[in-house]
Amino acid sequence: MSVPLRPPRRLIEITVDGEAMRVPEGDTLLDACQTAGKDIPTLCYGDTLNPKNACRVCVVEVEGARTLAPACSRKAEPGMVVKTDSERARHSRKVVLELLGSSVDLSTTPNAKEWMAEYGADPARFGEDAATVAEPPKVDNDLYVRDYAKCILCYKCVDACGEQWQNSFAISVAGRGFDATISTEFDAPLTDSACVFCGNCVEVCPTGALSFKNEFDMREAGTWDEERQTQTTTICSYCGVGCNLTLHVQDNTIVKVTSPHDNPVTHGNLCIKGRFGFQHVQNVASDG
Amino acid sequence: MDLRFRDAEPTAEERAVVDALLGAPSSAWDGGERTEFDLRFATQAPRVARDRRDLLLPALHAVNDRVGWISEGALDYICRRLTIPPAEAYSVATFYSLFSVKPRQARMLHVCTDLACAAKGAEAVRRDVEERFGPPGVSWQPSPCLGLCERAPAALAIEAGDPPVNAVYGPCSVGQEWSATTEEPPVEAAVPQTRACRQAPARPAPTAERLAHEGQAPPGEAAQEVSSDDGRSAGPSELVLLRRIGVVDPLSLDDYRATGGYTGLRRAFELGPTGVIREVLESGLVGRGGAAFPTGRKWEATARQLDRPHYLVCNADESEPGTFKDRVLMEGDPFALIEAMTIAGYANGCALGYLYIRGEYPRALQRLENAIVVAKSRGLLGDDILGQGFSFDIEIRRGAGAYICGEETAIFNSIEGFRGEPRTKPPFPVEKGLFGKPTVVNNVETLVNVPHILEMGAAAYAAVGTSSSTGTKLFCVSGTVERPGIYEVPFGATLRDLLDLAGGATGELRAVLLGGAAGAFVRADELDIPLTFEGTRAAGATLGSGVVLVLNDTVELPGVLLRIAEFFRDESCGQCVPCRVGTVRQEEALHRLSKRRSEGDLVLLREVGQAMRDASICGLGQTAWNAVESAIDRLGVFTAKESS
Repeated sequence: MSVPLRPPRRLIEITVDGEAMRVPEGDTLLDACQTAGKDIPTLCYGDTLNPKNACRVCVVEVEGARTLAPACSRKAEPGMVVKTDSERARHSRKVVLELLGSSVDLSTTPNAKEWMAEYGADPARFGEDAATVAEPPKVDNDLYVRDYAKCILCYKCVDACGEQWQNSFAISVAGRGFDATISTEFDAPLTDSACVFCGNCVEVCPTGALSFKNEFDMREAGTWDEERQTQTTTICSYCGVGCNLTLHVQDNTIVKVTSPHDNPVTHGNLCIKGRFGFQHVQNVASDG
Repeated sequence: MDLRFRDAEPTAEERAVVDALLGAPSSAWDGGERTEFDLRFATQAPRVARDRRDLLLPALHAVNDRVGWISEGALDYICRRLTIPPAEAYSVATFYSLFSVKPRQARMLHVCTDLACAAKGAEAVRRDVEERFGPPGVSWQPSPCLGLCERAPAALAIEAGDPPVNAVYGPCSVGQEWSATTEEPPVEAAVPQTRACRQAPARPAPTAERLAHEGQAPPGEAAQEVSSDDGRSAGPSELVLLRRIGVVDPLSLDDYRATGGYTGLRRAFELGPTGVIREVLESGLVGRGGAAFPTGRKWEATARQLDRPHYLVCNADESEPGTFKDRVLMEGDPFALIEAMTIAGYANGCALGYLYIRGEYPRALQRLENAIVVAKSRGLLGDDILGQGFSFDIEIRRGAGAYICGEETAIFNSIEGFRGEPRTKPPFPVEKGLFGKPTVVNNVETLVNVPHILEMGAAAYAAVGTSSSTGTKLFCVSGTVERPGIYEVPFGATLRDLLDLAGGATGELRAVLLGGAAGAFVRADELDIPLTFEGTRAAGATLGSGVVLVLNDTVELPGVLLRIAEFFRDESCGQCVPCRVGTVRQEEALHRLSKRRSEGDLVLLREVGQAMRDASICGLGQTAWNAVESAIDRLGVFTAKESS
C-alpha cells in the first residue's frame, strides 16, 4: 500500500515550550506538538475530518493572544511562541474534563481516566445534582446503538455522515446549548431516516456513544473484553474497491469491524456490507 | 443530492406560503408534482435550489408566521424546494426560540423576564400570566430581553395568521389585558432628550463651500455647530444620531431629505471609496456593538481584498439585555440606516448588503422595509444610484430568537441557512465572511455615524468626545431610574452626568450594570467613571453596547446574577464545552449561593469562569462570567463584604 507523498512545503520556525522547531507551513499546532513529542489530549479532533475544535480540551497558550488556541485547528505561524503545559492551558483542560465528566458518561472514552488523573480533574465537585445529558440508549435497528448519555457533541458523526464523507445527512445537531442533541429530523428512528448504515459515524465516535449493537449487548452482558481481542486487517471481499477491514475477534468470533484511517482509498470509511456484513463468515451450517 | 423523506405531507396552506416566498416549483425535482417527464429526465432545478440555502430561514419564518409552528410536512416541503436534507433543516429550525416544531397556539405571548424588566417587577407579571394561561410553551413563554426596556416590564405577542399580527405591551401590570390591538407609543417616547429639543433640531452646520456644491439651501437658524464645549455637558442641542427621532416622519423620504438626509451619500460619491474610508479612519469611529474595533481599519482591510464579491452585513440583531438603541434608530430614522449601508457598500465595494434584524422588532422591520422600497423607487438604492454608476441592494433577514446570531460570524451562518453557531477565527470576516467572501459587519449605531462623519468632516467629528473615543454615544438607560430611555451624549460625559440627565435613580442607588449581561457592575460611589472606551476599561468595566441598567436597593442582586447566568445558559449555542456546560454549572452554583454562602461555590464559579474566558470559541462564552464576577468582586455579593 502506497501513501501518496504530499508536495514539499516551506518550513517555518516556531517555539514550542521554549524549544525552537521548524514545521511545514500549513501544519496545525497539534501537528507541531506531536512532532515535538508533546502529549496533547484531543476528543473532537479526528484524523480523517476537518477539525471542529468544539471540545476545547487541546487548548494551548500562544504568546500575545488574549485567549487560548485550540491546537487541533490553529495553524502554525512564523515566530509563534507556544506553551503546551502552562498554568492557563492546564487549568482549561482540567475544567473542560470536569465539565464533560460531570455531564457525560465517559466510561467508554479511551484515555479519559488517564487525562482526569493527569490534570487533577474532579467531576464530582459539581455535586450530585449537577445536570447531565443522561437518557436511555436508542436501540432502533440491529446494527448499531446510539447511547447519547455518552455523547460529548463533538460533531464528528454529523461531519462523517454529511458532507465530509458519506453525504447521507441523516443526522445533525438539534436544539441549542446544553439541550442540544444529535438527532434525525423530528427524532425519527434511524430506519426511517436517510441513514444508509455505513457505520462511518461509529468509526469516528470518540466516546463509544455510537457502538455496534454487538458490542453494546456484550458490554451489557459483561462479556466485552478488549484484552482478549485480536485485530486482523484484511481486504473486504464484497466488491472490487479493495477497502481494508480490521476484524476485531474475541473468542474466535468477529465482534466489531473498523477500517484503518491511513488507507489512501477509504480513509477509514466503509459501506454497510464491509462494516456489518460479517455474519456469514461465522455461520456454521447446522446440518454439517 | 439524494434526499429521503418520511410520508408527512404539507397542508395546502403551508405549501402556499412556501410557494409564495420561493415561487412555484418547476418540476418534481424541486418539490412539484411528479410527471412522466420527471421520471425520464433530470433537471438543473435542484442544483439551482441548493445555491439558495440562504432562503431556508425566510421559508421557516413564512410557515411559522402563518401557522404558528413548523410541522414535519411543512419542513419536508421546504427541504424538497431547496434541496436540503430534512435532518439539517430540523437542526436549523430547533436552533431558534421563536420557532416551534411542536403544535402550539397561533398566538404566543413573550413575557420579558430579563434584567431591565425584572428590576421593574416582571416576575409578578410572569407569575400572573402563568396563573391565567397555564405552563409556558403553549400560549406564552418567558422571554429574554425584548429591547423594550424603557417600557419595562414589557411583553410581545406574536399571532400567526394572514397577515401575522404583533402587539407590544409595556409597562405591563398584574391583571393586564392582553388584547390583540394595542396602541404602541411613538418611538420618540423612548428618547427623553428629543422632547426638550424638538423646537430646535440641531444638526451640524454644513460648510458654505459644500452647500454651494450641492446647491442646497442652508438649513437656517436651526443649524448649530456640533461640538462639545467641555466634552462633559450633554445638552439636547448636541443630538446628532437622534436628531431626527420624533422630528421626521419615519416613513417619509422627503422628511429625511429635508433634514439633511442623503448629503452623506452625495459627499461619499465626491470623495470616492478610498476617500470615504480615509474620512472614517480619521474620524476615529470605533464599533458600537460592544467590541469597539476601529471601523476604518475594518473597512480598509475589507476593501483591499481581491476576492470578489464583497458583502456588507448590518448587524441589527440587537439582543444584549438592556439594549434598545438600535431599535430606536431603526424605528425613528430608518432612512439613515439605509443611507449609511449604501455608503458602506460603496466604500467597501459591495453590491449587496444584508440587514439582519432580530425577530422581536416588528415595527423596526416594517419601517425598514418601507424605507428600502421607497429608496429604490427614488433611485437611491438599486441600479445606478444617483446616476453615479454604483449599484447596491439591501436584503433584510429576520432573526428568530437567538442572541448568539449577533456574533459577527454566527450571523453569517444564520444568513446562509445554517445553525447560528460562531465560526473559528482566523480566518476573519474581512477575508472569509458571508458565503466565504470578504465581508464587513457593522452594528446599526456604528453605521448611522458614517453619514454624519461625511457631512461634518472627519476633523469636526473627531473634535467631539475624547481623543480615543470620538463622537457621541447612545446609552440605553433602564431599570430603576426616573426617565428611562435612549440618551445621546458626547464621549467623556461621566456616568453621573448621564444619570442626572435621566433624572437620577429612583430610590437608593445600589449599583449600575454597564454594558449589559456581558458587561460589569459598578458601585454607587463610582459614578465619576467617564463614559469612554478607555475610561471604562481603566475602571475595569466596559461600555459594551451602551447599556446603563440602574438598580436600586429594592432589587435583589443575587436574583439579577441568577437571571444573567440563566440568560447565558439559554443562549449558549452549545458548540463548545466550556460555554455549553460551563454556563449550566455556573447557574447551578449561583442557585446554591443564593440560598447559602459557600467558599467552595465561589471557587468553582471562578475556576469555571476562567476556563470559559480562556477556552470558549466566541465572545459569548468568553464574557458570560464578566458581570457575575464584577458583582462578586466590586459589589461584594456572596462575600463577607456584602453590607446587607
